[in-house]
This record gives sequence, C-alpha cells and structure tokens, in this order.
Amino acid sequence: MALFLTQLMNGIGSGAVYASIALALVLVFRTTGILNFAQGEMALYSTYLVWFFTQRSVPVWIAILLAMIISFIGGAAIERILIRPVEQASPLVLVIVTIGMFLAINSIAQVQFGNDIKILPRAYPNKTWLPGGVQISSDTLVLVGVLLAECLILYLLLNRTRIGLAFRAVASNPESSRLVGVPVGRMLMLGWAMAAAIGALAGALVIAPVGLQGASMQEILVYSFAAAALGGFDSPLGAVVAGLIVGVAGTLTTQYLHAVHDIELVVPFGLILLVLLVRPSGLFGSRRVERV
Amino acid sequence: MTADRARIIRLGVAFALLIAAVYVFGWYIPQFYEQGTTYLWAEALYIGVAAMGLNLLTGYNGQVSIGHGAFFGLGMYTTAILMQSHDWSFTETLPVVAALSFGVGVLVGFPALRVKGLYLALVTLGLAVLFPQLTNRFVPHDLCKTCGTSQVGELRRVKLLPPSWTPTFIKHPDQWAYYATLTIAVIGIVALFLIVRSRFGRALIAVRDHEAAAETVGINVARVKVIAFATSALYAGVAGSCFVLVKRLATASSVSVFQLSIEFLVAVVIGGTATVVGPLVGGIIVVFSGRWISESFPSTILFWHINDSVKNLLSPAIFGIGLILLMYVLPDGIVGGGRRIVNSRLRSLRRGKTSPAST
Repeated sequence: MALFLTQLMNGIGSGAVYASIALALVLVFRTTGILNFAQGEMALYSTYLVWFFTQRSVPVWIAILLAMIISFIGGAAIERILIRPVEQASPLVLVIVTIGMFLAINSIAQVQFGNDIKILPRAYPNKTWLPGGVQISSDTLVLVGVLLAECLILYLLLNRTRIGLAFRAVASNPESSRLVGVPVGRMLMLGWAMAAAIGALAGALVIAPVGLQGASMQEILVYSFAAAALGGFDSPLGAVVAGLIVGVAGTLTTQYLHAVHDIELVVPFGLILLVLLVRPSGLFGSRRVERV
Repeated sequence: MTADRARIIRLGVAFALLIAAVYVFGWYIPQFYEQGTTYLWAEALYIGVAAMGLNLLTGYNGQVSIGHGAFFGLGMYTTAILMQSHDWSFTETLPVVAALSFGVGVLVGFPALRVKGLYLALVTLGLAVLFPQLTNRFVPHDLCKTCGTSQVGELRRVKLLPPSWTPTFIKHPDQWAYYATLTIAVIGIVALFLIVRSRFGRALIAVRDHEAAAETVGINVARVKVIAFATSALYAGVAGSCFVLVKRLATASSVSVFQLSIEFLVAVVIGGTATVVGPLVGGIIVVFSGRWISESFPSTILFWHINDSVKNLLSPAIFGIGLILLMYVLPDGIVGGGRRIVNSRLRSLRRGKTSPAST
C-alpha cells in the first residue's frame, strides 16, 4: 500500500508538470486555435534564461521571476510578430510555422548558451518525508503547489476581472468581441504571454533536478500533448485533470505492469485512444455541431 | 487560336522539362556524382515518396498525421529483417511491406475515423512515439553483434550489391539503391496522378472540403478515409524499405521516428499540399537544405566567427526560420505557389494582348 501511494505521489508530481505545459497549450489553442509545437522549446529557452541569471549570482526565485517576466513579453511578441501575419492561414500552415519556431528556438538556445549540460541550482531544499512509509519528496510538493497556484491565479484572472472577461469573449467568438470593442489582438497576445510564463515556471522547476540540455523538454512536450488531447483542447480544467491522469498512469504502469516493461508509453497512449474513441473531443472538450 | 497555341507551348515546355528530368534523375545523378551524393539523392527521393503518401492523406483528404514515421519504420524493419535473417532479396520484400503497411494502415485508420483534426494529429503522434518502444522490446538485437540497441544491424555487403537481372550500367550499391528508389518514386508519382484524377480521388477531395455534404451525395466517407489512411501508410512503408538500401541498416529511436514524421509533413507543405510533384520537391529541399547550409553559410558575420560545431547547431535555426518565411510568402508551397504565380502572369499577359482587339 505504501509503495502504491509512493508511486501515486510520484505520478502526481510528474503529472503536475504535464498539466502545467498542457495548460499553456490550451491557453494558446483557446485564443489562436493553434497547436503550439514550440511550447516546450519556449519553456526550454526560459529555463536557459533562469540558468543565465543564476550564473550571475541572482537568487534562484528571483531568476525564475525574471525569466517569467521576459517570457511573458517574449510570448506576446511571438504572437504579434510571427503568428499574426499568418493568423488567417490554414491550420497546416500554422502547424508548420510552430514547427519552424520549434527548430529555431531550440538551436538558437544551444548556440547562445552552449550545448553542454547545465546544472541549475535548486529553488528549494531537496527533502523527503515518510508519513506512514509513503515517500513524499519536496519536488512533488512544490510542483503540485505551483500547479494549484497557477490554477487559482488563472481562475481569478479569467473569471473575476474585466480582462479575463474580454479574454473569454475572444476565445468564444473573436468576431463578435471585436464588434463590441474588445481589443482582440491584445487578448491573443495575452494568451501567448501567459502560456510562455507558465511554461517558464514549469520548465525551471522540472529541469532543475535533472540538468538542462537541448532535448530536455521534448519528452515532456509529448506527454503534455497527450494530456491536452485527453482533457480536450479547449478546456483548462481538462488539461489539469488529464495531465495528472497521464502522470499517474505512467508511474503506476512502470511499477506494476511488468508485461509492458520498456513499452510504458503504451499505457498513456492506449488510454488516450480509448477515451477519444468514446469522446472524440476529449474528457472536458466541447463538441462542435456542424451544419450542412 | 491563341488558346490552342498556348496549349501547344505549354505541352512543349512540359515535354522538354520531362526530357531534362529523365536525363538528370535517370542518368546524370547516379552516373556522375560521387557515392555520398548519390545516396543523398536517394534519401531525398524516399523522403519524397513518404511525403507523397502523406500528401494523399493530408493534402487531398484533410487528415493531418504526425505519425507516419511509424509506418516508415514498419517498412524499414520488415525489409531489414527479411533480408538479414531470411536471405530475401530487396525486391522480394516490397510486396510484403506494401501489404503489411496497408493492412496496419487499415487497422489504425478505423479508430482514426472517430477523431478529427488536431486530435487525430495527436493520436498519430502516439503512434510515432510508441513504435520505437515496440521495436526495442520485440525485435531481437542479436541480428547483429556490433550494432547498439534498437538497430537491426548493418546489412551484409553482398545483399546491397545490385541483383544480376539489372542492366549493366547499375554497378555499385549506391547506384542500385538510387535506381530502386527512383523506380519506386516514379511508380508512386504515376499512381498518385491516376488516383487523384479518379472517382476515388474526387471523393477524397469532397470529403476534405465538406464531410457531411460528401455523405449526402452518396460517398462512403468512412471507406474513403480508411483507404486514404492505408494508402498513405503503404507509401510510407515502401519508402522505409528504401531507407534500408540507402542507410544499410534499420534503426528507430523516439527522436528519429518523430523527426521523420515531421520531415514528411514539412516536405508536403513546403512542396505544396494537394499537388502531385510538390512532396518530391519538398523532400529534396528538406534533405539538401542542411548540406547547403553547412557548405555555403558564411563563417563570419560581421565580427562573429562561426566555427563548424556552431554551424551544425545553427543549421536547424536557419531551416526553421526559412520555413517560417516560406509560409509567409508562399503558404501554398513551392509547386502550388509557383503554379499560382505563373498562371496569374499568363492570364495578365493574355489579357494585355487581347484587350486592345476586343475593345
């Protein structure tokens, strides 16, 4: 039982990361309708920034904060400069543009900061508690705490402020929002900016224990894509729930299903396939009705 | 009168281009280039073949897949295992690969019917991620002693030599690999040309443009989509077989399968979605851009000296930026956009000539 709970906690810890990145993907998708392949690489670049600041003896938390602010501005700039000109293009063109960004950001980060493995200082002490034989590491607690904080802030921002109202209006119907005077362009920039900032935070926290290199975010991105699809691309709640499900499913199968040794990924993706067969737009996604 | 003449000119130009293409691709490249370059052209061709299949699915049928690297891998492993452990010749493996990848394509295509758009893209991504894990687990590594994990070893040299029935101008393994891939590419392009103009091709486009409307005019949407999926899987699988001849091994890692899937998609879009030759052009660009960048990129920009290792790191950035710029300028790809520009030029020329007469 203790082992089960330990693995459950580990799963929730890694799930919290997938949930954060999936949340970023959903924010971008809700506003601009784009599946952002470059989300992970944007987070990677932000994490390099954190490393850069800590090298210049900035305290870690302040470095993360600085990186988040720069990412916020950078995300808005990417939307304005790179995405806006092709906003009306076919989804396939948009996918290719984000793939181009994926390649470009990844290689620019490595050229700028060097392609050796970087060790980030931890932002918090590395401890493990054992209440009743269940291992709980400070990593898990911090990741889950950060995820909860993100959710709370997003909830308050989107549901309790005028900006949030405008943001939701743009997400649901850009044409009509423009007619009633909502600055649609600025809201799209906000979506990208928030996504980039969330990615920066998640990246900095998850990479610190394992070391930073060029391919650090790619596996996480795949899992986050899976989580976003499972939750339904237009639902922030879905992204969080599905992120946790994917994380837990991953660790539990590694622990208990020896038949799938070396093919752990079969389980999360099998799960997703099953869910999508029953609910084609994810657990929490909204259905579209088509007229002829 | 003028319309006839324009048609004759157009046919003449097309014929001249065809002759030139036959000479360059059929003779000049394999006979005069060094071995490495011939292999590189063969690589461009098989990427193009896989992209052609993906174009049938994505360009003509509107289903986006970022998992065709898995079908490519399936073909690659099937051919490699049959050649290595069962002493088959390359050509004998092709029908098996074609049937197998078509069959697996049908199996995957059925559940794919339920999910659309981005969700489908994500399900296929799962395919790309799973494939290397499956090969890692189930393909025995001891097919060769020297190679690392997740590789089916270097093929013995004897099998890479051209078979005895080939004409005498195919002497070396690189030429055999090139001509085999070229033949497959030509067959693929002719088949695609015929498919697109057939009743089935029209049905593909109708389903892409408006699924519900297509259904009301009696198109069996499910069948069309599944066959499109399976056919594109077949193209990818056969392209994977060519990989074995060109690279002389079979290998799959989660990174390489994902990258291949992305390369196919990129080749489709930069060549031109829903054009017959576009993906082949895209494949050539995808394969040669890296080499072109490393060879002709300046080694100093202003005061910034760029050494070779930095250049290697930088080359994806240049490719990525080029990709973004291309999407701004020619969102319908090189072939699609080029055709659009030429057509509008021709039209304005014709209007310029005929307008004084008609007024």
